[in-house]
Amino acid sequence: MAAPERGRMVIKAASITAQNKGIDTGMVVADCRAILPELKVFDDEPGQMVPLLNAIGEWCLRYTPIVAIDLPEGLILDVSGCTHLWGGEKEYLKDILNRLRTFGYDIRASIADTIGAAWAVSRFGQVSPIIEPGNHIAALLQLPAAALRLDAAILTRLDKLGLYQINSFIKMPRTALRRRFGQELLNRLDQATGQGIEILEPIQPVLPYQERLPSLEPIRTAPGIEIALRRLLEVLCNRLSKEGKGLRKGIFKGYRIDGHLEQIEIGTNKASNNIEHLFSLFKLKIETITPALGIELFILEAPLVEEVPAEQESLWNISGSGDETAIAELLDRIAGKVGSETIHRYLPAEHYWPERSIKIASSLQEKPLIDWRVDQRRPVNLLRKPEEIEVSVPLPDYPPLLFRYKGILHQIKKADGPERIEQEWWLQQGLHRDYYQVEDEYGVRYWLFRSGHYNDEETKWFIHGFFA
Amino acid sequence: METGAAKKEILAQLQKQILAMQGFKTVSDKQSLKTGLGIIEQSFPGNTFPMGAIHEFISPAQGEAAATNGFIAGLLSGIMQKGGTALWIGTRRTLFPPALKAFGIEPDRIVFIDLIRERDVLWAVEQALKCDALTAVVGELKELGFTESRRLQLAVEESKVTGFIHRHEPKGKNTVACVSRWKIAPLSSDIAGNMPGVGHPRWDVNLLKVRNGTPGAWQIEWESGSFHHIQSKQPNIVSISSTRNTG
Repeated sequence: MAAPERGRMVIKAASITAQNKGIDTGMVVADCRAILPELKVFDDEPGQMVPLLNAIGEWCLRYTPIVAIDLPEGLILDVSGCTHLWGGEKEYLKDILNRLRTFGYDIRASIADTIGAAWAVSRFGQVSPIIEPGNHIAALLQLPAAALRLDAAILTRLDKLGLYQINSFIKMPRTALRRRFGQELLNRLDQATGQGIEILEPIQPVLPYQERLPSLEPIRTAPGIEIALRRLLEVLCNRLSKEGKGLRKGIFKGYRIDGHLEQIEIGTNKASNNIEHLFSLFKLKIETITPALGIELFILEAPLVEEVPAEQESLWNISGSGDETAIAELLDRIAGKVGSETIHRYLPAEHYWPERSIKIASSLQEKPLIDWRVDQRRPVNLLRKPEEIEVSVPLPDYPPLLFRYKGILHQIKKADGPERIEQEWWLQQGLHRDYYQVEDEYGVRYWLFRSGHYNDEETKWFIHGFFA
Repeated sequence: METGAAKKEILAQLQKQILAMQGFKTVSDKQSLKTGLGIIEQSFPGNTFPMGAIHEFISPAQGEAAATNGFIAGLLSGIMQKGGTALWIGTRRTLFPPALKAFGIEPDRIVFIDLIRERDVLWAVEQALKCDALTAVVGELKELGFTESRRLQLAVEESKVTGFIHRHEPKGKNTVACVSRWKIAPLSSDIAGNMPGVGHPRWDVNLLKVRNGTPGAWQIEWESGSFHHIQSKQPNIVSISSTRNTG
């Protein structure tokens, strides 16, 4: 790997074989060609590292939910509580290394108490990649000063003073170190020993409600997926019910062995932590998962979690106690098949304009804040959109005598009105409507309105609904 | 030799058993709600409106559809007196929820499911009818085949939910396994004393078919929260001619 630097091609990275033959980073390509004529030189594209590290980092998500990128060439994995799933830190590390090496990467890794120590040991460690808890300072002592992630300027100064190893200056008074080398050395030292704070920026934010289940063998069958799902649901639902919460939206992800991600999503009408119910919702969609060669990690996430109201706080008047849950579960099943946008429940809204007089309730429990109005008659069937009709009106502000709707002439025998409904100017500008209830010769009752004031030519009449 | 009286008793008992098999169950406390249908109830076996069964309503035009929705709402208000939830499932729903309040139902106690395909409506109605937590289910659709109606009937026999199937402008009047078939047509309203204006909703209620009962036709008015049978024939009532094909 080479990139131009001050007009020359300079080696940026070299393979192990090349390094064994004396090629190292920082050398000029022309010199290297002299040493090793069969050297293959690739152009280094700047910025290539970030997407590559991101991809490897995402792949590493199967080992831990918290993976951060450490530019220019490292990944930091927070493995707390993850290693036992692979049978210990040693096996865990071995698994990661083996797999990445089979992909063709040359990698080094280590596990230590602090990010700084792990960074140092993975790059400069000679003994063991796994540092036992509490031993990280001892492990650092023998390492060169460069293991502390220091600037080149500080390193040369340390070098000049003969402070090659960390143990030669770690015990020095902090004031002396700060005076000679600046605050940065102290910060790095603290981060390595665990006295300073170092914040990880995970490539994927960790959701507060997430459960993981790695599988020892890749899972390829539907029953296997169902077992994994059920186990995850048990853990998640136990946690949710302890916290008095319920799931409104759930995502079940399967990381496939070939790097693909399969996922299914469910939503509920009412926060639920009932394993059986959630399982049945997921089950409807399990068949859409293609396991291919197998799934090696399952993740269940709950991006939307709500408080579950206690059972006795039934706000909604329903006969029987378990009914509300049963209905919510029924609605969830329906929503799972035909989509949740098809389910509506309405509450009264404080508007006179008919189309605005109802609003959609956001949940099954939401109670009307105001009473439903009964003082004005409203049609049982309301057209989605008022339809224009032809009328004959003898007098201003009188109901029509005749009207033609869909080509049929209706004679009006009885009528009530007008009931004037104004546009609410703060919502919408436009003409007011004068509504009339009319009944034709067959007894069919209609709701008609005139848009705007009576005026011989431009008055428009509409039919808006049917009364029972 | 058995006496005639004993024979009659045996017959009555057998009839009762048959009714039970067909989905008419004996009236329990929960079912003893009054629908307020009055004289119409006498058409049904046991003189009670059958709950836990499917009723079919046929509307040939938009005017009838509104009347039928009103009539169903009136029935629902009786069934939902003691609380409960109903599902209203259909395609192209035009029902305006606030109007239900006039029929004694809190509109927020009804959950509407607005679907696009009739197939989904049938599926959703069947699922809903299987859920015994519901009080009633209204399904609005166009066609209902015999097989589908059988499935719905089987679902309610298990769950005891009352189902109303409202068929808009169906192509034909095919046989269905519903307990009754109704046709509700609007009727000219009347205000006492020949005052101008539109009066209370008034319908021509036709019970076209009823299993083990006697069909009939009545004129019913909805007034102050209940059905009222109109006894006297007013001259101003124009009977809906069968030749009329639109609303």
